[in-house]
Amino acid sequence: MDSADQIKQQVAQAFGDKSPLAISGGGSKNFLGVRADVAELSTAGHHGITSYEPSELVITAKAGTTLTELRATLAEHRQMLPFEPPAFSDSATIGGTIACGLSGPARPYIGAARDFVLGCTIISGRAQQLVFGGQVMKNVAGYDVTRLMTGAMGTLGVLLDVSMKVLPVAETEVTFVQQLNVDHAITTMQSLAGKSLPVTASAYHHGQLYYRLAGSPAAIKAAAAQLGGDATDDNEFWYELREHKLDFFNQSDMPLWRLSLPALVPELAFESKSATLYDWAGTQRWIFSNADASLIREMASKAGGYAQLFRADKDLKKSAGVNHPPAAAIMKLHRNLKREFDPEAILNPGRLYAEL
Amino acid sequence: MSQALFSEPQTPLDESVRQQLIREFEQLLPAESVLKDDADLLPYESDGLAVYRQKPPIVVLPETTEQVQRILTICNEHKVPVVARGAGTGLSGGALPLVNGIVLGMAKFNQIIDIDEQARTAIVQPGVRNLAISEAASDYDLYYAPDPSSQIACTIGGNVAENSGGVHCLKYGLTVHNVLQVKAVTIDGELITFGGTAPDCPGYDLLGLLHGSEGMLAVTVEITVKLLPKPTSTKLLMAAFDSVQKAGDAVASIIGSGIIPAGLEMMDKPAIIAAEAFAKCGYPTDAEALFLCELDGSEEEVEAQLKSVEALIKDNDVTTLHIAADETERMLLWKGRKSAFPAVGRLSPDYYCIDGTIPRRHLSTVLQRMNEWSNDYGLRIANVFHAGDGNLHPLILFDANIEGELERTEELGGKILELCVEVGGTITGEHGVGMEKINQMCVQFGSDEITQFHAVKNAFDPDALLNPGKAIPTLNRCAEFGALHVHHGELPHPELERF
Ligand SMILES: Cc1cc2nc3c(=O)[nH]c(=O)nc-3n(C[C@H](O)[C@H](O)[C@H](O)COP(=O)(O)OP(=O)(O)OC[C@H]3O[C@@H](n4cnc5c(N)ncnc54)[C@H](O)[C@@H]3O)c2cc1C
Repeated sequence: MDSADQIKQQVAQAFGDKSPLAISGGGSKNFLGVRADVAELSTAGHHGITSYEPSELVITAKAGTTLTELRATLAEHRQMLPFEPPAFSDSATIGGTIACGLSGPARPYIGAARDFVLGCTIISGRAQQLVFGGQVMKNVAGYDVTRLMTGAMGTLGVLLDVSMKVLPVAETEVTFVQQLNVDHAITTMQSLAGKSLPVTASAYHHGQLYYRLAGSPAAIKAAAAQLGGDATDDNEFWYELREHKLDFFNQSDMPLWRLSLPALVPELAFESKSATLYDWAGTQRWIFSNADASLIREMASKAGGYAQLFRADKDLKKSAGVNHPPAAAIMKLHRNLKREFDPEAILNPGRLYAEL
Repeated sequence: MSQALFSEPQTPLDESVRQQLIREFEQLLPAESVLKDDADLLPYESDGLAVYRQKPPIVVLPETTEQVQRILTICNEHKVPVVARGAGTGLSGGALPLVNGIVLGMAKFNQIIDIDEQARTAIVQPGVRNLAISEAASDYDLYYAPDPSSQIACTIGGNVAENSGGVHCLKYGLTVHNVLQVKAVTIDGELITFGGTAPDCPGYDLLGLLHGSEGMLAVTVEITVKLLPKPTSTKLLMAAFDSVQKAGDAVASIIGSGIIPAGLEMMDKPAIIAAEAFAKCGYPTDAEALFLCELDGSEEEVEAQLKSVEALIKDNDVTTLHIAADETERMLLWKGRKSAFPAVGRLSPDYYCIDGTIPRRHLSTVLQRMNEWSNDYGLRIANVFHAGDGNLHPLILFDANIEGELERTEELGGKILELCVEVGGTITGEHGVGMEKINQMCVQFGSDEITQFHAVKNAFDPDALLNPGKAIPTLNRCAEFGALHVHHGELPHPELERF
């Protein structure tokens, strides 16, 4: 029996027994969401790149393929996963990456995980093997189930394989640094992408604004002349930011919150009292805070965004919920879709929202 | 003829129900916004795929969200289907009326509500024309990137429903990549906000799911789109070749080299000849294939890319290579490509536009096979091709007045789409399935996937009242079409009678 059949059989068994499964790839994001204490289904044994056509910018890999392997293969052809997903561990798999739907520093400029998925094979909660989307960039046949799977935390199906659009690595990348106060930094970061210049990341921390330019050396030079700041040869900053390896991320045992906010939201009241790092031109904020969860969520909502309890102990995650609660009508659609894909609620119960 | 095309035989709307609905709608809307007479209904008989026609029993033209909510509530109470409609430029019969349902025309939702220069977003109503957004944003040196060739006419609501693309979507993405938020009304009359202006809306990507859902999940009433800064520099190259293979190789080498052009559009000989005759844009008519390659960005970036692209093209046996000297010539060269449809239209009484996507490496095989079929069927085919992303638009030339020619054209079109699936592609890149490609859905998907698609619809629209019968075939229909693809050697639903 091949690895796909094994996964399918385990889901079929669970479906028959109505006994839930906790899906894991490399376990690198076990901390994210509330993991149920139930039997594990591992996709790690289902790995390998099944097709890669550099001139078509498309790669297909089995869910258990590690990000490390994918990145190495793409790098041989000077290509990359454009959404710069965080791995958080060498064990991270592409299945888990797409299920979590996290994206790295390039997200506001190049796109998110959901922007690069083209197709997938899943095992649904009814243990059916289903194929959606494809290996081409334009495809509107049937509903876009592949996007629905991206960020669903495995609650609608077990990803078996994923096809993605990839992009070339830029000829050169240079990081620039500038000293600014926070208000000024937020407006500056937003305006960086307001001109036709090759900005691919911007972040702010400890009084320093960082931004990244990518392209031909001549284009970078010309853009830098317009934008200002000092060139550094430290592109590692973005890797460390993406992987949460900057000192910032090790400074505290307090819960780590991830806020997503619309463009140009000024520093929120509780941010000034907490350790805060601004990524994504200020639209993603990492904050260590012991403030009351409902207060944080209220502030995020008022500003038009969301607050996710990214890293915290299980008790707090359970009591406060990890993901920002959606409007009632959206939650109803979540329940309906869950019922249609996983009627016995056996796939990652409670991982995304307590009631799913 | 359209009757035969529906999945299930339809019973026309009962006259007493029709009268009752008209009374209820007239209480809600001004009389001129409730169309019920044949002459008024006529313009709504078809969308851009005019070979399919069906007169709707009623057309309503609301102008507020509350009216849309009430209309859907009324239809839900009476269990009457609703077909939403934008500008009716769709090419797959998505907005084709149903005999037993109303048409909900969104044309009066034509306001641009707000443009936020700093955040670079625009809030628009669904009936706003695609091009009108870029025109309005132009004052701020911003634009809305997806640019379907129909952009002067098609609506942004239709674009969301079809996930439309344009010549610039290779670099800037499809509609789904450029929309941040959609407000839409479900069949029970509830107004729901999908997505948002903050990144990564938590939970399932329902905004993504709405894109390309062909009006079958909810009716869009407001859309927030992303705007981009206009590039400071834009250059266009035209390259001609003595074989399609060489043109395809040149495209592959450009993309393989790490350059993503803003647009990369190919044409084969019949399309070149037609476009040149129509637009007099300077295409070499002796070429077998030609592509336009547009580069945009900062001056320096474009300069650097232009050099590389020129060299790569020369390495691939180019016969003519020309760079547009100025903006006027650039627009003229684009005019040829953008008017390829009407240009081909002049060569023949009718033409039929196909919309498959293939992995680009199979281009010459697919074109070769199409040539053979073109001879077998005695029908000419001209090809325009979004070469960067493998989206093929064969245009089949025919004459509907010749007995049986439309049917043969449809058969040939179907074969081409099946070939796209065979080489690992899809039956529709951007025009949608609608009514037109419903049979080919049975080729692309197995019965389990099709059942799951119905399940997705069920999560939004349990009584299947929003545009029912479109986009997703019934299993019965697939069995009838004889194309259910068989999983693991078992025929799905053996209980169904086969024809
Ligand atoms: C000459 C020509 C060139 C074209 N070129 C391109 C091209 O380059 N790229 C491309 O992608 N397409 C192209 N098209 C196809 C067409 O223009 C697009 O599909 C367009 O998005 C349809 O918009 P519309 O407003 O006309 O929608 P309609 O045709 O009115 O409707 C299309 C679908 O959207 C649904 N719908 C409309 N409004 C709403 C709403 N408010 N809420 C929910 N559902 C709704 C309808 O029910 C239907 O299913 C072309 C068409 C023509 C005639």
